[in-house]
Amino acid sequence: MLGRGEIAIVGAAESTQIGAVPGMSQIMLHADAALNAMAETGLKPSDIDGVACVGPMMPQQIAHYLGITPKWVDGTGVGGCSFMLHVRHAAAAIHAGYANTILITHGESGKSRINATPRPAEPESLNGQFEIPYGPFGPPTLFPIPVLRYMKTLGVTHEDLARVSVVTREWASKNPRAMFRDLITIDDVLNSRMIAYPFRILQCCLVTDGGGALILTKSDRAKDFPTKPVYILGTGESVETNMVSQMADFTSSSAFRVAGPTAIKAAGIAHKDVDHLMIYDAFAHLPMYGLEDLGFVKRGEAKDFIKEGHTRPGGKLPLNTNGGGLSYTHTGMYGMFALQESVRQMRGTAPAQVPGAKISVCHGVGGMFSASGTVVFSNQRP
Amino acid sequence: MLEPGRPKPKPTPETKHFWDGAKQGKLLLQRCGDTGKAYFPPRPFSPYTGTRNVSVFEASGRATLHSYVIHHRPVPGFTPPYAIAVVELEEGPRLMTNIIDCPQTPEALVLDMQLEVAFTPMDDDISLPLFRPTKGA
Repeated sequence: MLGRGEIAIVGAAESTQIGAVPGMSQIMLHADAALNAMAETGLKPSDIDGVACVGPMMPQQIAHYLGITPKWVDGTGVGGCSFMLHVRHAAAAIHAGYANTILITHGESGKSRINATPRPAEPESLNGQFEIPYGPFGPPTLFPIPVLRYMKTLGVTHEDLARVSVVTREWASKNPRAMFRDLITIDDVLNSRMIAYPFRILQCCLVTDGGGALILTKSDRAKDFPTKPVYILGTGESVETNMVSQMADFTSSSAFRVAGPTAIKAAGIAHKDVDHLMIYDAFAHLPMYGLEDLGFVKRGEAKDFIKEGHTRPGGKLPLNTNGGGLSYTHTGMYGMFALQESVRQMRGTAPAQVPGAKISVCHGVGGMFSASGTVVFSNQRP
Repeated sequence: MLEPGRPKPKPTPETKHFWDGAKQGKLLLQRCGDTGKAYFPPRPFSPYTGTRNVSVFEASGRATLHSYVIHHRPVPGFTPPYAIAVVELEEGPRLMTNIIDCPQTPEALVLDMQLEVAFTPMDDDISLPLFRPTKGA
């Protein structure tokens, strides 16, 4: 059995630039972040013996590009939370002795589209037969489809949903690397350009370029590195359906309800122990679903929890402190950036540092509620 | 007839009966032989128990509006604003569709409103199960 805190993150870095990076192709964004993470740990490619990145045929591309000969690879690709699953799988692999030092990379030229991953529509797929003919066009038309049902069932207003973007922007205003930093009001959100009712542009994530990388090893080795180790206390994962129309419950994610509590239970913590929280915010409703499905609040209470200021700077549960996918960056698969912020908070190096934070929960979503992964971190080994 | 450019579904061996039924104006669902529960999308086994003992039956075509978005950007085959909806069939399963004969506005598209299926041909091969407000409801 994998022990709490047995595995640590010893390297964590983003690409040198994020946002608009027209001077780098997608594979180089992976490599740039990987080189930054190796540099801060003093590791060379020859020291890495495991590689994880998203998608078919990708681990071999990244390993060879970086000059790594891995004895363990993982190409799990379940959308933007794939990296949470990579962390989980890597921790298990190190525990099993399959590898000692694992590199997880992400790179995506989401804005500049240089060597970007194509997204072909397959008319024979179930999505191609039973969703695409009705006019969805990318995540802004699919991810928010459950929102009106959530609003009606739980009494959530347009103002409640707009407030998520307002609070997230407060955090972004403290982060010099965030793409959007100017404070906004609920009226600003509700008067911004309509994209797919009920959501307007300020309730949809950014589309950017960027990369990130993590290096994991046994915590017993952490003292060999100059970085402050961030321990993995617990992890969880699940999937539901990649057809949003077939979600069992439009007001709650099955994948969230499996992944989140699995991680929190494995970590041996209570919700009140959590000092810092990341919930992947591709769209404004996701922090609400996450707060409820992970059990931080009861069903239907997320709107008031946010309204009362608990997730804001100075609140008791700081949420999405980098500015989130809504205001910081969102390459397409933002989960890597949520993990980077959890690591920064645990290292004490975040631009909007939560004073004295010891436990961080990082919760990811992938592919329109189709997948989920959760990681619980701490800067103290149990 | 639908405006040209809309992406066209391509049936597979497991879904052919659904699209053949649609062409004849029938909304065909499947039922689990173990539980009696209806399911969608089509497959030759039950997602509830895994049994291959399943049957095809014609649904009533009655549904309610479960949720939707109204897309405001242009997409080939669609003129914005247009609603992308999920309806809940009387028999239980939900499916994605469009709502026709109804203004594409939040005021006209009211959750839980009564709908009925309105098969609309794309061409000689494919008819889509779109939905319209039930007359007199």
